[in-house]
Amino acid sequence: MSEKWNITLKVHRQKQGEAPHFDEFKMEVDPDEYVLDAVERVWAFKDRTVCFRHACHHSTCGACGMRVNDVEKLTCITYIRDVAQNGGTIKVEPLRNFPVISDLVVDMGSLYSRLEAVAARSVLPVPEAEIENPPSHWSADDAQYIRLADCIECGLCISACPSQATNSDYLGPAVLAGAQANGLKRNPELLGLVNSENGVWRCHSVFECTAVCPSNVDPARRIMDLRTQIIKERLGGLFRKA
Amino acid sequence: MDNQNNKPSAAKFLTWFNPVGRDTGGWAFILNRITALGLTFYLFLHLVILGQLAKGPQGYDSFIKLMSSPIWIAGELLVVAAAFLHGLNGIRIILTTFGVSVTRQKQLFYGLMVIALIAILIFGFHMFSA
Repeated sequence: MSEKWNITLKVHRQKQGEAPHFDEFKMEVDPDEYVLDAVERVWAFKDRTVCFRHACHHSTCGACGMRVNDVEKLTCITYIRDVAQNGGTIKVEPLRNFPVISDLVVDMGSLYSRLEAVAARSVLPVPEAEIENPPSHWSADDAQYIRLADCIECGLCISACPSQATNSDYLGPAVLAGAQANGLKRNPELLGLVNSENGVWRCHSVFECTAVCPSNVDPARRIMDLRTQIIKERLGGLFRKA
Repeated sequence: MDNQNNKPSAAKFLTWFNPVGRDTGGWAFILNRITALGLTFYLFLHLVILGQLAKGPQGYDSFIKLMSSPIWIAGELLVVAAAFLHGLNGIRIILTTFGVSVTRQKQLFYGLMVIALIAILIFGFHMFSA
């Protein structure tokens, strides 16, 4: 028989044109359920007007990103046990730094269009992917195999980034990580975009993007790598013949 | 490309100082902002106080007497602390920008802050025992 907890789910509510507020829902849950299960149960049994995004329920689609108790989480893989205790409260809010459409749903159009601008790839040849324990060398045939890119475009890194909070023109961690994964050598036209006021130099090295990333993309490391690439490119340019 | 209001606001500015839900890097970021503001404030205070010296020997003597009080020494120690915390935190940012210790930036931060703490204690001991 599964364990049962009584929790209060505090849900951010905001319909267009209305001031935001929280609605509280008391419910019995299994602590080994996920936060998304609790939100879904509110919608199914308590309030059909609660808006939230979800699809795959296994951390592949990136749709269910929310702020859970003030921390960005992919709610489909966040155990209730890990963010609350029996008798406690779970606060769920929409991601920051995106316009709120309704309740827990935000408009992520800016992220998607910027990912397109840097030609971020959703799949890539296996030899170009960062995998654990890669072979010492890849054969020519290996390039025919592709795998999904690590970034699931959930937007958690954008929400956690304080630079994004004060400058929405900043490309943002996911976008810069996409540019880095694409490579400046292969895509030299990206140099102007990332080596700009709102590119890698807007990052304040806070590393919150890496802390909240549910997919091990490590955007901060990729931004630092882009900086190193840009510095090398610029320094190298000083010694190249015109 | 974006439909968000991009104008500066006090609410956005204050989000920089909100520690709730932040990880180590976030704490380092907040610490760097607070110490930067403190050091900037001190720079102006320093110039105002130096202006007292232009009032002649009497102004200088009263200034030295004021500086020897424990409250002012504590204030000076705060300046020293801010300088160490901000400077060493800045070294962390420079190192990670050049790809050094990026995946171990938390350990780098903790290590540098221990160095800062030791330096602050040494300075504090000498300043209050002088």
